[in-house]
Amino acid sequence: FQASRAASLLPQLLLRRRPASAGAFALLARPASSASGGLPPLTTEIHPGIKRGAFSQLTDADVSAFEAIVGGDHVIKDADEVLSYNIDWLRICRGQGQLVLRPKTTEEVSAIVRHCNKRRLAVVPQGGNTGLVGGSVPLFDEIVISTSRMNSLLSIDPVSGVLVAEAGCVLEQLDREAASQGLMMPLDLGAKGSCQIGGNLATNAGGLRLLRYGSLRGTTLGLEAVLPTGQVLDCLTTLRKDNTGYDIKQLLIGSEGTLGIITKAAILCPARPKSVQLAFLGLDSFQAVLDTYRLARRSLGEILSAFEFIDSESMRAVKKNLGLSCPLGEHSFYVLAETSGSNETHDREKLDGFIESVMSMDGCATDGTVAQDAGQFAHLWSLRERIVESLLVDGYEYKYDVSLPLADIYRLVEHMRTRLDGRVIRTAGYGHLGDGNLHLNFTTPKFDAKVLELIEPHVFDWVRDRRGSVSAEHGLGLKKSQYIRHSKADFAVRVMAEVKRLLDPNGIMNPYKVLPDE
Amino acid sequence: KYIHIINKADMAASKGLKILVGCKRVIDYAVKVRVKPDRSGVVTEGVKHSMNPFDEIAVEEAVRMKEKKLAGEAVAISVGPPQSQETLRTALAMGIDRAIHVEIPLAQLEKLQPIHVSKLLAKVCESEKPDLVILGKQAIDDDCNQTGQMLAALLDWPQATFASKIEPSQDSKQLRVTREVDGGLETIDVSVPAVVTSDLRLNEPRYATLPNIMKAKKKPLAKMSPDQLGVDLQPRQEVISVEDPPVRKAGAKVESVEDLVGKLREKGLVK
Repeated sequence: FQASRAASLLPQLLLRRRPASAGAFALLARPASSASGGLPPLTTEIHPGIKRGAFSQLTDADVSAFEAIVGGDHVIKDADEVLSYNIDWLRICRGQGQLVLRPKTTEEVSAIVRHCNKRRLAVVPQGGNTGLVGGSVPLFDEIVISTSRMNSLLSIDPVSGVLVAEAGCVLEQLDREAASQGLMMPLDLGAKGSCQIGGNLATNAGGLRLLRYGSLRGTTLGLEAVLPTGQVLDCLTTLRKDNTGYDIKQLLIGSEGTLGIITKAAILCPARPKSVQLAFLGLDSFQAVLDTYRLARRSLGEILSAFEFIDSESMRAVKKNLGLSCPLGEHSFYVLAETSGSNETHDREKLDGFIESVMSMDGCATDGTVAQDAGQFAHLWSLRERIVESLLVDGYEYKYDVSLPLADIYRLVEHMRTRLDGRVIRTAGYGHLGDGNLHLNFTTPKFDAKVLELIEPHVFDWVRDRRGSVSAEHGLGLKKSQYIRHSKADFAVRVMAEVKRLLDPNGIMNPYKVLPDE
Repeated sequence: KYIHIINKADMAASKGLKILVGCKRVIDYAVKVRVKPDRSGVVTEGVKHSMNPFDEIAVEEAVRMKEKKLAGEAVAISVGPPQSQETLRTALAMGIDRAIHVEIPLAQLEKLQPIHVSKLLAKVCESEKPDLVILGKQAIDDDCNQTGQMLAALLDWPQATFASKIEPSQDSKQLRVTREVDGGLETIDVSVPAVVTSDLRLNEPRYATLPNIMKAKKKPLAKMSPDQLGVDLQPRQEVISVEDPPVRKAGAKVESVEDLVGKLREKGLVK
């Protein structure tokens, strides 16, 4: 599809599809208008340039086949229930899928996918549906395959720290189980209460502690997946080291469900730290944020486990829209510096040293606090973790997630804030400073195509010109697939397309996502 | 019997009350407590500890009374192991002027009871001569709710427990304390010196800010031992065993009212 996607304004046509056999599956989506009672507009209206692929239509015979595989109870046909699987967490997408399947085992997933591949029916794998780039919901009438019922924890080895779980396990629950063995999951993100480990792997989720524990590409030891042909790929090893051939699981990690459906994963869990400390600082310039970061790396070094920054606009949103209170006064920036270690006394000493340096360094932190108990710890973190939620209260959120050289991070925010002055409710910048990852968000009361035009592709071009990444951790999904060449060479993209053709000859696995349509 | 008379002049005009605040180091309220395998107690090794939440409220109240010029000096005291010093540093960082640590050797710590703590506090009151002692109403590890009351009895001072508000009385010669009681709120006037215990709604404790955390390191922290205070820590109680509460049995869902009535009949709860 063309770059005119962003340029087209009002929806000209509503795509209405009726199945060849007028079974019980007449399209139930209504035309989206501003008076549609809170439902997001159909994704096809926001992107009218995307055409439905040459897939088959769902028939009653297909539904019967699925019922035979997973059982009638786990085939969802009811329009109201199906609707919730068609809308993403940010409520910026609404698909027109008519069927949701909820398998329990890898064998069921394999049988479903085999059938869909034979019949050329498009599918969308869906975990917790917390993705932020429209990659986890249908666009047209793709069948949703939900991993929610595949939620068994298979094993935890307290000695090696290897945890093996089914893809539908919720991250927070896995972390709780790991905690009972003195371990922790190597990643943490705001969506932890809903996101599933399969989805985390499919998106190569980063999160708050990538700084310390690395990415899933390093901590995932093995996985099992169902490929688009229905074949089961068993790479579920729990070995720390295994250099025997090509590491195919790395293709699936971060593939956003376009190369297969991950069904099981083996994750290496680090030891749960005995002592976690949190310092929350108020600063008055971005240079002070960078200086504080340098200081943190020097004084806290090996125990630093997170370094996040929040700008004043984001803090304002959290205070006003969610009613949370901030223990510090008004500052241009706030920083959360967390340490995790094995000895509380040592860590407190290091933290005290860091704080002393921060207070005495000219132009550094002018205000701050250290969490004294678990309640304060949770509250201070919520000021960062709930920013996305608070921005949703404004209405419609335009979300961007980029990697940039540290010095450029806030320049982009200031530049865009000036560019969009008067057109948006707010321009909020915050993120994983330690990873060079900026989260940049704009909000308007309702979706405004003119605002989108002002943002895209300008913001991506700005990032490309500084050799950054147009999607640091959220992935490309539907919303950013056309910008892949902003951060990847053309030949690299063509090699990716070859891999996709190899593994998914009929293109049924999460179409319209990740790779641009060519 | 210990009696302390204060100059009954208008409290607001005097240099303010001297307040002694008790702080106990307990397992952090957010931690999931586990019973030791030998059932002699709970696991404390390597577990996050922090100041008892009700004591945080007591410290906050003392600091606020200083800010309102009702109090002149606020002193924090903790009876506990060496790590209780950190708890006292937190109190100092919130605005307390100085601290006293009555150090209890680990061996005796497990057998320490409110009766011992109140005797230690009473001895300290003899030398410190505070006008007001504020303690948390109870500690979240033992839930005893005894130390404040015992201390008042030992000192023969009036007590106002479960305070949700502390202010000068109408004639400013006493303290007017609003207490949370089963039937609602009770307001009483107590003369000073007095013992007050803090309840949840007394205030919301502040975050310790960095400049104060740094200042706290320089504030005086005195150490004392139970021997110096002449208090015998002989335990009066023996813990026989500590066990997990019984696991909650799973409930059952019923499909209809008839089913529900049938099940109730089965259990003999309904005729």
